[in-house]
Amino acid sequence: MWEYTDKVKEHFLNPKNVGEMKDATAVGEVGSIACGDALKLFLKIEDGVIQDASFQTFGCASAIASSSALTELVKGKTVDEALKITNKDIATALGGLPREKMHCSVMGQEALEAAIKTWRGEKVASHEHSEGEIVCECFGVTDEQILSAVRENDLKTIEDVTYYTKAGGGCAKCHEKIAELIAQARGENLAAPAPKPAKRLTNIQRMRMIEEVLEKEIRPRLQLDGGDIELADIEGLVVSVTLRGRCVGCPSSQATVHGVVETILREKVDPEIQVREV
Amino acid sequence: MSSPVIYMDNNATTRVAPEVLEAMLPFFSERYGNPSSMHSFGGAVGKEMREARENLADLLGCGTDEIVFTSCGTEADNTAIRSALAAQPEKRHIVTTRVEHPAVLSLCKFLERSQGYRVTYLGVDAEGKLDMQELADSLTDDTAVVSIMWANNETGVIFPIPEIATLAKSRGIFMHTDAVQAVGKIPISLKDLDVDMLALSGHKLHAPKGIGALYVRRKLPYRPFLIGGHQEHGRRAGTENTTGIIALGAAAKAAKAHIPLENTTVRALRDKLENALLAAVPDSRLNGHKEDRLPNTANISFKYVEGEAILLLLDQLGIAASSGSACTSGSLEPSHVLRAMGVPFTYAHGSIRFSLSRYTTEADVDYVINNVPGIIETLRKISPYKKGAADPLDPKPACGC
Ligand SMILES: Cc1ncc(COP(=O)(O)O)c(C=O)c1O
Ligand code: FES
Repeated sequence: MWEYTDKVKEHFLNPKNVGEMKDATAVGEVGSIACGDALKLFLKIEDGVIQDASFQTFGCASAIASSSALTELVKGKTVDEALKITNKDIATALGGLPREKMHCSVMGQEALEAAIKTWRGEKVASHEHSEGEIVCECFGVTDEQILSAVRENDLKTIEDVTYYTKAGGGCAKCHEKIAELIAQARGENLAAPAPKPAKRLTNIQRMRMIEEVLEKEIRPRLQLDGGDIELADIEGLVVSVTLRGRCVGCPSSQATVHGVVETILREKVDPEIQVREV
Repeated sequence: MSSPVIYMDNNATTRVAPEVLEAMLPFFSERYGNPSSMHSFGGAVGKEMREARENLADLLGCGTDEIVFTSCGTEADNTAIRSALAAQPEKRHIVTTRVEHPAVLSLCKFLERSQGYRVTYLGVDAEGKLDMQELADSLTDDTAVVSIMWANNETGVIFPIPEIATLAKSRGIFMHTDAVQAVGKIPISLKDLDVDMLALSGHKLHAPKGIGALYVRRKLPYRPFLIGGHQEHGRRAGTENTTGIIALGAAAKAAKAHIPLENTTVRALRDKLENALLAAVPDSRLNGHKEDRLPNTANISFKYVEGEAILLLLDQLGIAASSGSACTSGSLEPSHVLRAMGVPFTYAHGSIRFSLSRYTTEADVDYVINNVPGIIETLRKISPYKKGAADPLDPKPACGC
């Protein structure tokens, strides 16, 4: 059984804004019954502001909860503000989703984009995802969708891509292509001018930055997976941390410490940082 | 969950019967002896184990020397297939079906991928039945083993094992059957059949988890999976799970006594549940052949809604069932069994399996009948797909797998 947060359960058991909206000015439709989930989002946009939102969803509990949370998120926002909503915002509003269910939040974001596009008079093909070329035939996922999921969520493996977009979750024929797309997207990331800390930091500055990055970037990520992290000590460039929650005893905790915590700290604070689990 | 549960998931596992629990408990505490020991303290346990073996042999209609206790159904399946292959190293072909439990299916895929065996996966028709001609045509001189389940865990559909075994025997091919779901639910008499090996699992027939058994026909060439001590006549090394074996013996005895009940009372309750739900919920359908089916299993699909959502709403009401929907399995594809049957996606995602036992009461069934239609109604209100609305096109063909 999935471990859903109380927020997911609440939105699933008592979903907000369910149903067709007769006087909607924008409608976005994504997914299909073959894929196992589909979302139809209705918006009433007046003077560039989303006055009302409602949805119809076919799918599992987290798909319904994501849709419900999405409608709450967009109400009252301007169209431009709404377009900034990412799948992460939807997942955060739900207190996190199981990793395997992240595609439900992605579906929400895509429906929102599709609705706003139709409202602006841009073309969106219904049911089929519009831009790019289909990479995964089983789930009708395009290269554009995969590239943007990888970039926005910093995905690293084919499994990640499957969890976020479903691509690759069927016959596995498309795995090679997905691996290429991951490399492509991540390569671009590296090429993009990364704002590197220009000069060496003082010890105090470095400690502050480490604390901030841990708090703002690393903890929320581990918490999405039901884990948590605490800073134990900082000695020069060596950062000692303790993993908590679901990270404890997780066979990939070492991978988490080095792959996630160390990578992010090196990127954001200092390329010579070493992380140790204590 | 501590509140009482309306348990409709007996194909997943069953409660340990009170008489079984009572029989096994002393073997956790004062009767902890090792049956291989020379002293009478251990030897007395061996005597009880013999009785357990007799009870199981009696349920299966076979000899006590034809039973090997294992740790679970999966171990029995793995042992059977690997033994058949090891005993006939020159043969490189396996015949099985697309609807097997992973205990067989994943093993066959593994043998195919990493050990170069050729595997034929037989298909099934829309009602989940095999094509006997296709089976006959698949057998070759190179075929080492035919492994076909007796009853399907998801739909309850029963395959004609007696005929299949006769066919295999006529071609000199080993016949193994995964009877994990069949044992205790339908009568089985192995001495009258050409079955060579049969796997069963305790926790599906009111014994605890972690005990299973493999029937191996007398004189069948056999290669053990676990090698070590002399236990089970060298056919399965490792100090016996005495508690589990005693429990399985007690469960077998109880199962034999209750088989008529399974096929009358339990079947009647299942039929009542199934007929009521199919009548009360529009756009619902039964998955699997109506007659050739276990008496306790009903697999019903509800169009336009998704199984995991149904299960969670059932769970809120204290009802435990399971689903072949994609979202519940952690995979993204709906059940391989329903897909093999060609159940349309519009239905496959909304499939729910109710599986009863002799502990299911009429009140349980009525409670489910009274609540399921409302749940489907609630979810259909949320769903964009509706009866009457243009049918949600199924633009994508089912995945090739
Ligand atoms: C048909 C079938 N075969 C094998 C198994 C595996 O049995 P066990 O859980 O004892 O390994 C199961 C149970 O899930 C089953 O239903
Ligand atoms: S094509 Fe992507 S999983 Fe089948």
